[in-house]
Amino acid sequence: MRTIFYILQKELIQVFRNKTMLPIIFILPIAQLIILVNAANMEMKRIRLHVVDNDLSSTSRELVSKFEGAPFFEITGFSFSEKYADNQLLTENSDAVIIIPKGFERELTKGNNTALQIRINAINGMVAGLINGYSGQIIANYSLEKQKGKGGNSVKPGGVVDISYSFWYNPDLNYKIYMVPGMLVLLVTIIGMFLTAINIVREKEMGTIEQINVTPIKKYQFIIGKMIPFWIIAMFELVFGLIIGKLLFDIPIQGNLFVLFSIAGLYLIVALGFGLFISTTANTQQQVMFVSFFFLLLFILMSGLFTPTDSMPYWAQQVNVINPIAVFLEVVRMILLKGSGYSDLIPQIIHLTIYAVIIMSLAVMRYRKTGA
Amino acid sequence: MVEINNISKNYGKVKALDNVSFTVNTGELFGLIGPDGAGKTSLLRIITTLILANSGSVKVFGLDVVKDYKKIRNITGYMPGKFSLYQDLSVEENLSFFASVFGTTIQENYHLIKDIYVQIEPFKTRPAGKLSGGMKQKLALSCALIHKPEILVLDEPTTGVDAVSRKEFWAMLKNLKKIGITIIVSTPYMDEAALCDRVALIQQGKILDLDSPEGIINRNIQEIFEVSAKDMYRLKNDISSYENTQSVFLFGRVLHYSPKNESSAKDLEEYLKNKGHLNLKIEKGSPGIEDCFMKLMNTNG
Repeated sequence: MRTIFYILQKELIQVFRNKTMLPIIFILPIAQLIILVNAANMEMKRIRLHVVDNDLSSTSRELVSKFEGAPFFEITGFSFSEKYADNQLLTENSDAVIIIPKGFERELTKGNNTALQIRINAINGMVAGLINGYSGQIIANYSLEKQKGKGGNSVKPGGVVDISYSFWYNPDLNYKIYMVPGMLVLLVTIIGMFLTAINIVREKEMGTIEQINVTPIKKYQFIIGKMIPFWIIAMFELVFGLIIGKLLFDIPIQGNLFVLFSIAGLYLIVALGFGLFISTTANTQQQVMFVSFFFLLLFILMSGLFTPTDSMPYWAQQVNVINPIAVFLEVVRMILLKGSGYSDLIPQIIHLTIYAVIIMSLAVMRYRKTGA
Repeated sequence: MVEINNISKNYGKVKALDNVSFTVNTGELFGLIGPDGAGKTSLLRIITTLILANSGSVKVFGLDVVKDYKKIRNITGYMPGKFSLYQDLSVEENLSFFASVFGTTIQENYHLIKDIYVQIEPFKTRPAGKLSGGMKQKLALSCALIHKPEILVLDEPTTGVDAVSRKEFWAMLKNLKKIGITIIVSTPYMDEAALCDRVALIQQGKILDLDSPEGIINRNIQEIFEVSAKDMYRLKNDISSYENTQSVFLFGRVLHYSPKNESSAKDLEEYLKNKGHLNLKIEKGSPGIEDCFMKLMNTNG
């Protein structure tokens, strides 16, 4: 026990003497939260729309004015040539083109079905999807208005299902509320996994592990002494990040913070264990960087931070069982946004516990093999 | 006492140690002399329980390096060839860390390291990475001694250290020997061999010879002549083809020549003069470990 304390003491001196460490601990979370939460925004504003109105009727103008009125769209030009419109897409002067066919109003007033076309630049698939969604909504609302007879040139009214929306746990669909918890998860993961791995490999690189190995220090003492400092630092990061999130973005904290911290403590054992595991596979800090990047990138992109995990193919969702970030991300969002307690999170807690046991034993086993 | 029995160690196909056996006595200053890649470091790492041998056994004060490695680590001080203390910790922090993990304090064993430590004490708040080579080496020795080991294992402690510091270092080892610490030291420098009680000459994983430095010299070399002439290259070739030549090799600015049979320098001088060498000089020299090493290498290689 005393030995662990001495190792701990040594580690903490080294961590705080390291000139790059303090900026990483304090500036990284602030920068990540402020920049990424604001920048990684998926709401589309100012979609540049080119209009080809071949009908030139009051109905078509009304529809175009709906687009003009929506906060997402900006009309960049009118023309009567599809070719010209396509050219606008090609030269990146417009993001989308709406083409209203001749006879649009006539067909509508007759009560017939009619069609219009939207061409979207889909170089960025995500953006194209959003544009499609937004414009579809505007057109659907407009046609609904027409059917109900609210519009000027009313068509025959009929029975219509009106949908009213209510977004639970994030009523305003505020993107930041969704992003901040994700950023917090990334933060503690990077600190926990990356720094642990780098720190242990540094002992190998400098040869100091040699000197440690000839002392009576036991493997478990060494490992615990190495992990506790980063466990504490990562926990501190979580608190620090939460405070920033609360102050800057006013994120809701619906659940019990104690629940959050206790599960975070469990999750960190997984993250640190992963770091330890990576360190046993590498001999230099450079190798650690590459191996960590490989796992972090995979885990982050599959975590549901940017794209929902439910939209992944079935096999990918199965593979995601080994993704600790996905599990913890779910936990953090559930606690912060929904106010979930232990009883709601039992599957995740079991998942993380099993994971922690497996990864730690794997790491320690491998560590023994390579150590002595 | 360290008993080494039939130790072999392979790295893949490379044989680092080939059936090595010898004994180091308690309280002895034992030298392991050999060129780079001879297997010195592997042997020391096996003795200090850092790596396992492929076959054979080592007993340190009766303790087996495989079974009782934990006990051995408590009584061994090891100084690796590469400086491996924490560069970002200060001199004092390094020392107190290694003292505390061995369950002791600097104060308790200060008398052991006093002579060495006083020289670096003025810099005790300086990070170890910012010390000069000689000071690093003194700190490393202090750290290896702070838990009062019974046996001290030093892997090329004087490599890359200036001549003055080397001399000081060996004086320190003599003092440690006086306290009764058994010391095993490896070195590529032949001149340091003479400072050991006994030395083992090691090459390509094999022990070439083992004895006190005088014993090795007496056994292997009868006499040595230092020969020089204007054209050293041709001189060496001519002596090599001389019938009474046991060995000849370049030693600094002269050739060390040892004859097969007792013979006077006159015969050689005659032979070389007939070959037309100018500025010929032949003097009797005193044989050293290096002469033995070269001779043994030639006969074994």
